[in-house]
Amino acid sequence: MDYSQFGAMIPELIILGLFFVVFVLDVFTRDGSKKSWLTPVTTVLFGLATVAIWLIPSADTSAFGGMYVDDNACKAIKAILNIGVFIVFLQSASWVDSDETAIRKGEFYELILATLFGMYLMISARHFLLFVIGLETASLPLAALVAFNKKHYESHEAAIKYILTAVFSSAILLMGLSFVYAFSGGSLYFSDIAVAITAGSMSGLLVVALAFVIAGIGFKLSLVPFHLWTADVYQGAPTAITSYLSVISKGAAAFAFFIIFAQAFGQVFADSWEWMMYGVIILTITVGNLFAIRQKNMKRFMAFSSISQAGYIMLGVMSQSAIGLGSMMYYIFVYIVSNLGAFAVIASIENKTGKVGMDDYDGLHKTNPWLSFAMTLAMFSLAGIPPFAGFFSKFFIFNSVASTGSMALYMLVLVALINTIISLYYYLLVVKAIWINTGEAKIEAFKSNGGEKAALWICVAGIVFFGLVPYIYDYCYNAAQIPLF
Amino acid sequence: MGITLPILILAIPFTMFLILGIVGVKMSRKLAGILGITALGAVAVMAYYVAFTYFFSGDPRFIVEGVRQQCQLFDVTWLAFTDRLVVNIGFLLDPISAMMLVVITTISFMVHLYSWGYMEHEPGFQRYYAFLALFTFSMLGLVVATNIFQMYIFWELVGVSSYLLIGFFYKLPSAVSASKKAFIVTRFADLFMLIGILVLSYYVSNAPADGPLGSASAFNFLMLNSNAGVIANTVLGATFMSGSVLTWAMVLIFVGGMGKSAMMPLHIWLPDAMEGPTPVSALIHAATMVVAGVYLVARFFPLYCIVPDSLTFITIVGAITAFYAAVVACAQIDIKRVLAFSTISQIAFMMVSLGCAYNQPIEGVHYSGLGYMAGMFHLFTHAMFKALLFLGAGALIHAVHSNNYTEMGGLRKYMPITHWTFLIGCLAIAGIWPFSGFFSKDEMLAAMFNRHWFWGAWMTMVAGLTAFYMFRLYYMIFWWEENPKYAKSGHKPHDAPWQMSLPLIILAAVSCVAGFIPFGEFVTFNGEPYHIHIEGSVAATSLTVAVVSIALATFMYARKNNRPTMVKNLWPALWTAANRRFYWDEIYMFITHKIIFNIICRGIAWFDRHIIDGTMNGLAAMTNFFSVKIKGMQSGYIQTYVMWYFFGAVALAVITWLCLL
Repeated sequence: MDYSQFGAMIPELIILGLFFVVFVLDVFTRDGSKKSWLTPVTTVLFGLATVAIWLIPSADTSAFGGMYVDDNACKAIKAILNIGVFIVFLQSASWVDSDETAIRKGEFYELILATLFGMYLMISARHFLLFVIGLETASLPLAALVAFNKKHYESHEAAIKYILTAVFSSAILLMGLSFVYAFSGGSLYFSDIAVAITAGSMSGLLVVALAFVIAGIGFKLSLVPFHLWTADVYQGAPTAITSYLSVISKGAAAFAFFIIFAQAFGQVFADSWEWMMYGVIILTITVGNLFAIRQKNMKRFMAFSSISQAGYIMLGVMSQSAIGLGSMMYYIFVYIVSNLGAFAVIASIENKTGKVGMDDYDGLHKTNPWLSFAMTLAMFSLAGIPPFAGFFSKFFIFNSVASTGSMALYMLVLVALINTIISLYYYLLVVKAIWINTGEAKIEAFKSNGGEKAALWICVAGIVFFGLVPYIYDYCYNAAQIPLF
Repeated sequence: MGITLPILILAIPFTMFLILGIVGVKMSRKLAGILGITALGAVAVMAYYVAFTYFFSGDPRFIVEGVRQQCQLFDVTWLAFTDRLVVNIGFLLDPISAMMLVVITTISFMVHLYSWGYMEHEPGFQRYYAFLALFTFSMLGLVVATNIFQMYIFWELVGVSSYLLIGFFYKLPSAVSASKKAFIVTRFADLFMLIGILVLSYYVSNAPADGPLGSASAFNFLMLNSNAGVIANTVLGATFMSGSVLTWAMVLIFVGGMGKSAMMPLHIWLPDAMEGPTPVSALIHAATMVVAGVYLVARFFPLYCIVPDSLTFITIVGAITAFYAAVVACAQIDIKRVLAFSTISQIAFMMVSLGCAYNQPIEGVHYSGLGYMAGMFHLFTHAMFKALLFLGAGALIHAVHSNNYTEMGGLRKYMPITHWTFLIGCLAIAGIWPFSGFFSKDEMLAAMFNRHWFWGAWMTMVAGLTAFYMFRLYYMIFWWEENPKYAKSGHKPHDAPWQMSLPLIILAAVSCVAGFIPFGEFVTFNGEPYHIHIEGSVAATSLTVAVVSIALATFMYARKNNRPTMVKNLWPALWTAANRRFYWDEIYMFITHKIIFNIICRGIAWFDRHIIDGTMNGLAAMTNFFSVKIKGMQSGYIQTYVMWYFFGAVALAVITWLCLL
């Protein structure tokens, strides 16, 4: 075996190295100390790693006979996810430093880095074996993270629900893949599968295989009807993990979904899975919206909002073109800052007061005007109100679908548009609670700590400028110019 | 010159808007005022430097063999809709934008300084400075736009900041309705402009990519103007209602300019806009924003020349407006309204001048582009002396606490600085040598006489009216008879504090010397220098007309007498009509309230209330219904979840299977 091939996996090696550094630091620190230095050290090191991954210029690499590929699109999505993780680190700093979790905070960072490593593998995989390894590496530590609030039974319940559904979905995915293996004549390389599975070879069993693969990855994306775990897990998990689950995990899965279905199953797009995804996207956006309307708990509310947002992200798949991939990456980036902006507010309020009900937010602007301002921007961006970034991300992703010129896809865009109006209702409910609802403010004035503030500022800057500065979209669009089929 | 200065020129006012807008309330008034004034001073210095470099550095980007070039200092893609429909944000430097940079920053700086005294005791002082900064930013962005879309964005921003400033005294119902009126009327006009832009860019972007237009952005001014002939050939083929589509597009774009520049019949907002603070009127409604329409025509000049019908349209609109506004100005009592109508009339003067210009040689005319140069020259001089007059009016209002000249009279003894500077302003606008208005007006009239004797004669008459009503105003304020109220109240009117007097003196000095600037060396339609020379016969005629008008005004108004009443009683109906601005507002009220509201809007309202709202309510009820129905799906039991999961996957497969195979 040629071990030098591992050298091609620079981003993965950086994350793995960071994992070991944190691990060693953590292990060799005296038990019982609060390890207050661990948080800033990890955050700074991770920031440096992000910059390194973004800036180190390297040609497209591939290793292990093409199992692993690191091209421009992979580099870009890794950098985007890293920025998201960085924001999560910033906003979780005060929570993880609290008395209850301080002693275990090394584990928090190690587990997050481990899942991130798994997601990197999912993104770069061009072979189903590597993909499944990545998927599992990303899933299992997440269950531990969901259960991180040891003393809260909701956290345990959420973790059990998460792990059971994850195991079930893996089973479904592997079953689907075994069918694919049968059809491809004994290869799990995407390129081989694309050659073996063509329009002529469509059969009932292959349809089942594709449906199971969609279901397997759809679990991570919480597509309807594979989404039912989402609300319970989001509500029960520590808020930092919820925000991590809602953006990073989703972003990685969406990108991997695009690559798999373009490179392995692109030949049978119009004959099979275009229509499956058509239905799934409509269901996802609509059902997510219908549930979000009724939520009274902010974290549950954000869970359904993120289900519906996942439907919009998956619209990028429908164009089967580089524009679609670029728009999807841009959407993920914008979604990361918008959603994390909302979660940063929710998390800091929860940490300070323990309140997560939507009606607790009544009159928030009187006591915490800056948090109210940030929350309002985040809601506007998620709802897609111009000139905030969310408007442009929706515009570009709709544009990518509409530019195919197919009548059916026009209808899909129309349904998505109608759903944005419904979503406007519930996003504005939050804004209404903050600014318009009268009554005594239930949350007293408080000062957020530095990490939360920094995270919020990054998110607000992203929400305001990502749409107005053309560089961001150009970056995603240019990165997406990779051979898709 | 790099791109740092241009970016700073735009960024500083915008940053100042953000700073003063967000944390202004926490600052002291003094700090906010000093911040605003310093920032604008810095911007003015930078703008002077940029303009100076453009005109005098001899950089080959700016001037080649004596011909001034149009130079895009930067032009970055902002939104690319298609390959041809690309919206850029950039900074265009050419003679007119460089000149406008100077005008805007100068007047804005003067107004910033002046407001420090004028607005001293008003609540919301910081907010006022924030809005001024926003306006300056928008206006600068408008003049340096590299493409029609950028211009449109800033055009609307200018409209918004004008709205905010007119309605600054938001507790006065009249100010609120004036701000709404200004916004709605200009926005209505901008609708036509947008249609014009869309028509133009539709045809240009559909031109073959291998043709002479290449694949350049369809919005870019340089591309549009340098390819005017090609565009005419591409677009002229298409006609609409027996006019070429290009003519329609250009006229529609001009309608936007008519709104902003208060041309008839869209002029009704400008007199009401005087409800805003007086320094704002000086900045926005006299010197900068209202000339945006003139600037628009100048910016698109090559395209307008390709379709001469549109130039004729501009000339006619301008000529009617100029005369109408001059007549109305003779019968107003509120001094700011007089100045407002005077502004309308003078802007119309520039419009006629542009309409009389042409970029091809005309038979028997030695310089066909004279009207362009003269219009821009007048824009420049007018900005200075009209700002001076408005600021002077502000000083008067500050002193006597009323807008009406009936509350003034005999003020020359009490307010010498205001008196002398106001007189200089009046002499300049009347066109008396050697004040700046004389030179620019002479060039404009020469251009009009060149085009056709009728335009020349007509506008000479308007110039005579101008001299008359301005001196009528001057005598009523400063001579006539001393108002008995001064003696009674014991509070004698006096000159304003230095922050207000200094701008008056500076602007008066500029108005004295600006005429001697060899303007033709800097700004011409094609960048080649033109040597201004005074047209003897035109100058003699216009001077004679002006002097006679002033003499007439002196005869009627220098001392208290009953001659004005006698003249008024000759045609009482005419006086009333002119005083009521020939009932334009009433006509609009009739059309909107009686016809549109009653007949059209009622039907629409019914449709909205029953059909649209009904559908929406139905949809909402349906959404709610389903939302309740599917609640059970989220039971909290993991068994149910997995069941849904599994049957969902199977159903997906089965349904697809049944449908496709």
